[in-house]
Amino acid sequence: MTTDERGTHDHDHDHDHDHPGTTPDVNETGYYELMAEAMKELLIEKGVVSADDVRRNLEFLDSRDPAEGARIIARAWTDADFKKRLLEDGTKAVGELGFPMGDAELIVVENTSDVHNMIVCTLCSCYPRTVLGLPPDWYKSKSYRARAVVEPRSVLKEFGTELPSDKTVRVHDSNADMRYLVLPEQPDGTEGWSEEQLTAIVTRDAMVGVTLPQA
Amino acid sequence: MMFSVGDRVRIKDSHPPGHRRTPYYVRGKTGVVERYCGDFKNPEELAYGFDGTPKRELYRVRITQTELWPDYEGSDSDTLDLEIYDHWLEKIGGQ
Repeated sequence: MTTDERGTHDHDHDHDHDHPGTTPDVNETGYYELMAEAMKELLIEKGVVSADDVRRNLEFLDSRDPAEGARIIARAWTDADFKKRLLEDGTKAVGELGFPMGDAELIVVENTSDVHNMIVCTLCSCYPRTVLGLPPDWYKSKSYRARAVVEPRSVLKEFGTELPSDKTVRVHDSNADMRYLVLPEQPDGTEGWSEEQLTAIVTRDAMVGVTLPQA
Repeated sequence: MMFSVGDRVRIKDSHPPGHRRTPYYVRGKTGVVERYCGDFKNPEELAYGFDGTPKRELYRVRITQTELWPDYEGSDSDTLDLEIYDHWLEKIGGQ
Protein backbone atom coordinates (compact mmCIF):
# COMPACT_ATOMS: atom_id res chain seq x y z
CA MET A 1 0.00 0.00 0.00
CA THR A 2 1.37 3.43 -0.85
CA THR A 3 1.14 6.41 1.40
CA ASP A 4 -1.40 7.98 -0.94
CA GLU A 5 -3.78 5.04 -0.76
CA ARG A 6 -3.67 5.30 3.02
CA GLY A 7 -4.34 9.02 3.02
CA THR A 8 -7.57 10.30 4.38
CA HIS A 9 -8.14 13.42 2.30
CA ASP A 10 -8.08 14.44 -1.33
CA HIS A 11 -4.69 14.94 -2.93
CA ASP A 12 -5.14 17.77 -5.33
CA HIS A 13 -2.41 19.79 -3.64
CA ASP A 14 1.38 19.58 -3.61
CA HIS A 15 2.95 17.50 -0.88
CA ASP A 16 5.28 19.56 1.20
CA HIS A 17 3.91 18.36 4.51
CA ASP A 18 3.61 15.07 6.36
CA HIS A 19 0.35 13.30 6.91
CA PRO A 20 0.32 12.17 10.54
CA GLY A 21 -0.27 8.47 10.88
CA THR A 22 0.04 7.70 7.20
CA THR A 23 3.79 7.07 6.98
CA PRO A 24 4.40 3.32 6.96
CA ASP A 25 6.46 2.23 9.96
CA VAL A 26 9.46 0.61 8.31
CA ASN A 27 11.72 0.41 11.38
CA GLU A 28 11.79 -3.08 12.72
CA THR A 29 12.83 -3.58 16.31
CA GLY A 30 16.58 -4.09 16.37
CA TYR A 31 18.50 -6.83 18.14
CA TYR A 32 19.80 -4.61 20.97
CA GLU A 33 16.45 -2.93 21.39
CA LEU A 34 14.89 -6.34 21.92
CA MET A 35 17.63 -7.32 24.38
CA ALA A 36 17.11 -4.10 26.35
CA GLU A 37 13.36 -4.62 26.38
CA ALA A 38 13.73 -8.24 27.53
CA MET A 39 16.13 -7.17 30.27
CA LYS A 40 13.75 -4.48 31.44
CA GLU A 41 10.86 -6.93 31.58
CA LEU A 42 12.94 -9.43 33.56
CA LEU A 43 14.06 -6.79 36.07
CA ILE A 44 10.47 -5.73 36.59
CA GLU A 45 9.24 -9.32 36.82
CA LYS A 46 11.89 -10.12 39.45
CA GLY A 47 11.00 -6.99 41.39
CA VAL A 48 14.46 -5.38 41.05
CA VAL A 49 12.88 -2.24 39.65
CA SER A 50 9.31 -1.26 39.02
CA ALA A 51 7.86 -0.01 35.76
CA ASP A 52 7.22 3.26 37.55
CA ASP A 53 10.93 3.53 38.53
CA VAL A 54 11.85 3.24 34.86
CA ARG A 55 9.24 5.77 33.84
CA ARG A 56 10.29 8.20 36.56
CA ASN A 57 13.94 8.00 35.54
CA LEU A 58 13.06 8.64 31.91
CA GLU A 59 10.93 11.55 32.98
CA PHE A 60 13.85 12.96 35.00
CA LEU A 61 16.26 12.62 32.05
CA ASP A 62 13.77 14.22 29.69
CA SER A 63 13.34 17.12 32.09
CA ARG A 64 17.04 18.05 31.90
CA ASP A 65 18.17 20.44 29.24
CA PRO A 66 21.11 22.67 28.29
CA ALA A 67 19.57 25.63 30.13
CA GLU A 68 20.83 23.95 33.32
CA GLY A 69 24.39 23.87 32.07
CA ALA A 70 24.06 27.47 30.88
CA ARG A 71 23.13 28.58 34.39
CA ILE A 72 26.27 26.92 35.73
CA ILE A 73 28.47 28.67 33.16
CA ALA A 74 26.83 32.07 33.69
CA ARG A 75 27.32 31.71 37.44
CA ALA A 76 31.00 30.90 36.90
CA TRP A 77 31.41 33.99 34.70
CA THR A 78 29.87 36.28 37.31
CA ASP A 79 31.15 34.70 40.53
CA ALA A 80 34.91 34.12 40.72
CA ASP A 81 34.68 32.06 43.91
CA PHE A 82 32.08 29.76 42.38
CA LYS A 83 34.25 29.39 39.29
CA LYS A 84 37.20 28.36 41.44
CA ARG A 85 35.10 25.75 43.24
CA LEU A 86 33.65 24.56 39.91
CA LEU A 87 37.09 23.92 38.44
CA GLU A 88 38.34 22.27 41.64
CA ASP A 89 35.40 19.94 42.15
CA GLY A 90 32.71 20.11 39.48
CA THR A 91 30.42 17.54 41.11
CA LYS A 92 30.29 19.43 44.40
CA ALA A 93 29.94 22.87 42.82
CA VAL A 94 27.01 21.97 40.56
CA GLY A 95 25.43 20.27 43.57
CA GLU A 96 25.35 23.72 45.22
CA LEU A 97 23.08 24.86 42.38
CA GLY A 98 20.84 21.85 42.88
CA PHE A 99 22.10 19.63 40.06
CA PRO A 100 22.83 16.09 41.23
CA MET A 101 25.42 14.18 39.18
CA GLY A 102 24.11 10.75 40.19
CA ASP A 103 26.69 7.99 39.86
CA ALA A 104 29.12 9.97 37.72
CA GLU A 105 31.43 12.82 38.61
CA LEU A 106 31.80 16.09 36.78
CA ILE A 107 35.03 17.65 35.60
CA VAL A 108 34.76 21.19 34.27
CA VAL A 109 37.47 22.16 31.79
CA GLU A 110 38.17 25.82 31.16
CA ASN A 111 38.78 27.42 27.78
CA THR A 112 41.40 30.15 27.91
CA SER A 113 43.15 32.33 25.35
CA ASP A 114 45.65 29.46 24.92
CA VAL A 115 43.51 26.33 25.25
CA HIS A 116 40.31 25.06 23.65
CA ASN A 117 38.56 22.01 25.11
CA MET A 118 36.28 19.58 23.33
CA ILE A 119 34.38 16.55 24.63
CA VAL A 120 33.73 13.15 23.08
CA CYS A 121 33.03 9.63 24.26
CA THR A 122 34.68 7.18 21.88
CA LEU A 123 33.38 4.04 23.62
CA CYS A 124 29.69 4.95 23.73
CA SER A 125 27.97 8.27 24.35
CA CYS A 126 28.80 9.35 27.91
CA TYR A 127 27.55 12.88 28.34
CA PRO A 128 26.76 15.09 31.36
CA ARG A 129 23.04 14.36 30.99
CA THR A 130 22.03 15.74 34.37
CA VAL A 131 23.23 19.21 33.35
CA LEU A 132 22.81 19.14 29.54
CA GLY A 133 19.94 16.73 28.96
CA LEU A 134 20.13 14.01 26.33
CA PRO A 135 23.03 14.16 23.88
CA PRO A 136 22.38 15.28 20.30
CA ASP A 137 22.45 12.62 17.58
CA TRP A 138 25.74 13.85 16.14
CA TYR A 139 27.43 13.36 19.52
CA LYS A 140 26.41 9.69 19.44
CA SER A 141 27.35 9.17 15.78
CA LYS A 142 30.26 6.88 14.97
CA SER A 143 31.66 9.56 12.73
CA TYR A 144 31.97 12.19 15.49
CA ARG A 145 33.24 9.65 18.02
CA ALA A 146 35.95 8.40 15.69
CA ARG A 147 37.01 11.69 14.15
CA ALA A 148 36.99 13.93 17.22
CA VAL A 149 40.07 12.19 18.59
CA VAL A 150 41.92 11.91 15.26
CA GLU A 151 41.24 15.20 13.51
CA PRO A 152 39.58 17.51 16.05
CA ARG A 153 40.48 20.66 14.14
CA SER A 154 38.72 19.43 10.98
CA VAL A 155 35.67 18.47 13.00
CA LEU A 156 35.64 21.88 14.71
CA LYS A 157 35.87 23.57 11.31
CA GLU A 158 32.78 21.67 10.19
CA PHE A 159 30.97 23.13 13.20
CA GLY A 160 32.11 26.56 12.01
CA THR A 161 34.82 26.84 14.64
CA GLU A 162 38.18 27.78 13.25
CA LEU A 163 40.89 28.13 15.85
CA PRO A 164 44.31 29.77 15.51
CA SER A 165 47.03 27.19 14.90
CA ASP A 166 48.91 28.21 18.03
CA LYS A 167 45.95 27.52 20.30
CA THR A 168 46.14 24.13 22.02
CA VAL A 169 43.21 21.85 21.30
CA ARG A 170 42.54 19.50 24.17
CA VAL A 171 40.16 16.63 23.42
CA HIS A 172 38.69 14.81 26.41
CA ASP A 173 37.59 11.23 25.84
CA SER A 174 34.88 10.59 28.41
CA ASN A 175 35.63 6.86 28.57
CA ALA A 176 35.08 5.95 32.23
CA ASP A 177 33.56 7.47 35.38
CA MET A 178 33.96 11.19 34.70
CA ARG A 179 31.65 13.48 32.76
CA TYR A 180 32.84 16.73 31.24
CA LEU A 181 31.53 20.22 30.77
CA VAL A 182 33.42 22.95 28.93
CA LEU A 183 33.58 26.36 30.60
CA PRO A 184 33.83 28.63 27.54
CA GLU A 185 35.54 32.02 27.62
CA GLN A 186 33.11 34.84 28.28
CA PRO A 187 32.65 36.65 24.94
CA ASP A 188 34.00 40.19 24.58
CA GLY A 189 31.35 42.84 24.93
CA THR A 190 29.39 41.01 27.64
CA GLU A 191 31.17 42.60 30.58
CA GLY A 192 28.66 43.74 33.16
CA TRP A 193 25.85 41.57 31.79
CA SER A 194 23.53 39.99 34.33
CA GLU A 195 23.66 36.27 35.06
CA GLU A 196 20.33 35.93 33.29
CA GLN A 197 21.55 37.68 30.13
CA LEU A 198 24.67 35.54 30.08
CA THR A 199 22.67 32.32 30.54
CA ALA A 200 20.84 33.10 27.30
CA ILE A 201 24.01 33.07 25.17
CA VAL A 202 25.52 29.82 26.47
CA THR A 203 24.60 27.06 24.05
CA ARG A 204 24.74 23.30 24.38
CA ASP A 205 27.37 23.03 21.64
CA ALA A 206 29.58 25.60 23.39
CA MET A 207 29.50 23.46 26.53
CA VAL A 208 30.51 20.37 24.52
CA GLY A 209 33.27 22.49 23.03
CA VAL A 210 32.44 22.36 19.34
CA THR A 211 31.61 26.05 19.13
CA LEU A 212 32.17 29.32 20.96
CA PRO A 213 29.41 31.41 22.56
CA GLN A 214 28.54 34.61 20.72
CA ALA A 215 27.49 37.88 22.33
CA MET B 1 48.27 6.14 45.30
CA MET B 2 50.28 4.29 42.71
CA PHE B 3 50.95 7.28 40.46
CA SER B 4 51.47 10.99 40.98
CA VAL B 5 50.54 13.95 38.85
CA GLY B 6 53.28 14.47 36.29
CA ASP B 7 54.42 10.83 36.21
CA ARG B 8 55.25 9.58 32.75
CA VAL B 9 53.26 6.42 32.13
CA ARG B 10 52.72 3.86 29.42
CA ILE B 11 49.28 2.43 28.77
CA LYS B 12 49.64 -1.33 28.48
CA ASP B 13 49.56 -2.74 24.98
CA SER B 14 47.42 -5.63 26.08
CA HIS B 15 44.45 -7.18 24.30
CA PRO B 16 42.42 -9.26 26.74
CA PRO B 17 38.98 -10.32 25.50
CA GLY B 18 35.78 -8.92 26.96
CA HIS B 19 34.53 -5.56 28.15
CA ARG B 20 37.53 -3.20 28.48
CA ARG B 21 37.52 0.51 29.19
CA THR B 22 40.86 1.30 27.61
CA PRO B 23 40.20 2.24 24.00
CA TYR B 24 42.38 0.48 21.44
CA TYR B 25 43.80 3.70 20.04
CA VAL B 26 45.69 4.52 23.25
CA ARG B 27 47.07 1.07 24.03
CA GLY B 28 50.88 1.07 24.01
CA LYS B 29 50.99 4.89 24.04
CA THR B 30 52.79 7.04 26.58
CA GLY B 31 51.53 10.11 28.38
CA VAL B 32 51.60 12.04 31.62
CA VAL B 33 49.31 11.68 34.63
CA GLU B 34 47.12 14.79 34.65
CA ARG B 35 45.10 14.03 37.77
CA TYR B 36 43.90 11.32 40.07
CA CYS B 37 40.11 10.95 39.86
CA GLY B 38 39.43 8.67 42.83
CA ASP B 39 38.83 4.97 43.40
CA PHE B 40 36.06 3.30 41.45
CA LYS B 41 34.57 -0.14 41.15
CA ASN B 42 36.20 -1.90 38.23
CA PRO B 43 33.75 -1.71 35.29
CA GLU B 44 35.54 -4.60 33.60
CA GLU B 45 34.31 -6.79 36.49
CA LEU B 46 30.93 -5.10 36.98
CA ALA B 47 30.15 -5.85 33.35
CA TYR B 48 29.97 -9.55 34.18
CA GLY B 49 27.93 -9.33 37.35
CA PHE B 50 30.89 -9.34 39.78
CA ASP B 51 31.00 -6.74 42.54
CA GLY B 52 33.80 -4.68 40.99
CA THR B 53 36.14 -5.01 43.97
CA PRO B 54 38.88 -4.34 44.67
CA LYS B 55 38.26 -0.80 43.55
CA ARG B 56 40.71 0.59 41.03
CA GLU B 57 42.47 3.93 41.08
CA LEU B 58 41.38 6.03 38.14
CA TYR B 59 43.75 8.51 36.54
CA ARG B 60 43.46 11.02 33.74
CA VAL B 61 46.34 10.61 31.32
CA ARG B 62 47.34 13.36 28.90
CA ILE B 63 48.78 12.16 25.62
CA THR B 64 50.03 14.42 22.83
CA GLN B 65 48.18 13.99 19.54
CA THR B 66 51.50 13.52 17.74
CA GLU B 67 52.20 10.52 20.01
CA LEU B 68 48.86 9.01 19.00
CA TRP B 69 48.91 9.83 15.32
CA PRO B 70 52.30 10.33 13.63
CA ASP B 71 50.74 12.29 10.76
CA TYR B 72 48.53 14.43 13.02
CA GLU B 73 47.58 17.75 11.48
CA GLY B 74 47.53 20.47 14.09
CA SER B 75 49.62 21.99 16.83
CA ASP B 76 52.32 19.88 18.50
CA SER B 77 50.81 20.98 21.79
CA ASP B 78 47.36 19.47 21.03
CA THR B 79 46.43 16.71 23.46
CA LEU B 80 44.01 13.92 24.15
CA ASP B 81 43.07 13.38 27.79
CA LEU B 82 41.32 10.26 28.96
CA GLU B 83 40.65 8.10 32.00
CA ILE B 84 42.70 4.98 32.61
CA TYR B 85 42.40 2.55 35.55
CA ASP B 86 45.59 1.73 37.44
CA HIS B 87 45.88 -1.85 36.19
CA TRP B 88 46.33 -0.56 32.64
CA LEU B 89 49.21 1.77 33.54
CA GLU B 90 52.92 1.26 34.02
CA LYS B 91 55.36 3.89 35.15
CA ILE B 92 58.15 4.70 32.77
CA GLY B 93 61.40 4.05 34.65
CA GLY B 94 63.99 6.57 35.80
CA GLN B 95 61.49 9.34 36.45
